[in-house]
Amino acid sequence: MYLWIHKLGSARYFYAFARVVAPWLALLCALLMAVGLYQGLWLAPADYQQGESYRIMYVHVPAAWMSMFVYVVMALASAVSLIWHIKLADWVAQVSAPIGASFTLLALATGCLWGKPMWGAWWVWDARLTSELILLFLYLGYMALSDAFDNPSTGAKAAAILALVGVVNIPIIHFSVEWWHTLHQGASVTKLGKPSMPASMLVPLLIMALAFKAYYGTLLMWGVQAKVLEHEYRSKWVRELLMGGKR
Amino acid sequence: MSEFLHMGGYAFFVWSSFGLTAVVLLLNVFFARSALRRARLHALRRIKALEAERAPKT
Repeated sequence: MYLWIHKLGSARYFYAFARVVAPWLALLCALLMAVGLYQGLWLAPADYQQGESYRIMYVHVPAAWMSMFVYVVMALASAVSLIWHIKLADWVAQVSAPIGASFTLLALATGCLWGKPMWGAWWVWDARLTSELILLFLYLGYMALSDAFDNPSTGAKAAAILALVGVVNIPIIHFSVEWWHTLHQGASVTKLGKPSMPASMLVPLLIMALAFKAYYGTLLMWGVQAKVLEHEYRSKWVRELLMGGKR
Repeated sequence: MSEFLHMGGYAFFVWSSFGLTAVVLLLNVFFARSALRRARLHALRRIKALEAERAPKT
């Protein structure tokens, strides 16, 4: 009984929180994106080796970072849902999966568009590219698995286990450029010591990365609100919330 | 301005990257908003159905 109340309470609390936070995150995302695009496309100088083509980095790198970040969020939420049976955690994971998949797809597609002029090939079976492609399949597998069972909670459990097993791929993606000789260039921001990029190039990248974070946050808040309404419509507070305006 | 659009000869690659990103991000927003609207409508319909079920008994 306590658990039931607790669950309901947290869904209700989270719904209210999400409702307040979402518009601010959306605004923050729009502002950061505007500033980041202006600086990255207009103010930042051309690269001495790659010319103007390096500007693809301003969407490619944030998308690639987010593809891994969202996966980690999804795996953590899956762990929480498996251990403590918190529905909210399940919803976070389920809402995150398609968003993460779209970031992965963007990282791969913009990577192709960067690889063609720089390497002369749209795609190579290099460790970084291959492990990122596996990440896309993990997302798709998670989404397929969570829909594959008649009983949604069985699907959620199976998908959560897949998410946890797949987390091993994250360090592989990150360190792939060090462990193997890859065509993909090495890390230039997260390496120890100073990033090998001047501030005029680095700052817009970090702004864009924050914009993508805010973007994910916004979508997550909207998605969880939808999940709460979908599953908690029997509870009194949802009824009051939705019918409130009409009485 | 035309030099800016030209992107040092990489216009196709740079602008299709940014364009594709914009399309995917906006599609996600569209899907999320419509899912939220749909969830709200469904919840409202179910709540009304529940109330209608309860009403004749009282």
